[in-house]
Amino acid sequence: MLDILIAFFLLSGGFFALIAAIGVLRLPDVLMRMHASTKAGILGSSLILVGGAIYLAEPAITVRVIAIILFLMLTSPIGAHMIGRASVKDLETKKGRGEAGG
Amino acid sequence: MTTSVFLDWSVSISFVMVMLSLAVAFIRLAKGPSLADRVVALDMMTVSIIAVCGVAAVATGVNALLDVALVLALVGFLATVALARYAERAEARRKEQSDA
Repeated sequence: MLDILIAFFLLSGGFFALIAAIGVLRLPDVLMRMHASTKAGILGSSLILVGGAIYLAEPAITVRVIAIILFLMLTSPIGAHMIGRASVKDLETKKGRGEAGG
Repeated sequence: MTTSVFLDWSVSISFVMVMLSLAVAFIRLAKGPSLADRVVALDMMTVSIIAVCGVAAVATGVNALLDVALVLALVGFLATVALARYAERAEARRKEQSDA
């Protein structure tokens, strides 16, 4: 029974990681790509780490996995905010140049 | 018995999925037209490698792989912040040069 739960966590985590990477490849804009990598990517790796914590079943490992997930969920918005700020300035200058040229 | 075989198969399948996501993110890293695209792709690859560490911990039963994942999460955040900072500064520098 526990094996099936671990397998569910691993498979759904791998699925979300793959979806996130396909989103990073296929979406048309930097901001949309960031949306795919931050939300779906963090969800996928968090699910896989939860599966690993259930499989290893040690308190120290569980605490470590909770720390990793909390850290990922705290820091990914900060990183995404900084990349977004940089890229919005870039997009604005590109748009201004396009309007000036056209 | 059958559930452990199922777990082995799902470990293999999720290894394939996570490695595919790493490869697809690398395509964006190679293609990415702007610097911000590349930073996003590197961030995605770091998260994928953390997932690889999780799957490898289940596959081998080595606890130390989760320490690797923790350190990778810390270093990946620093790398993302540093590269985003650099992209912003590079953009500002270019603007100053074009204004002057």
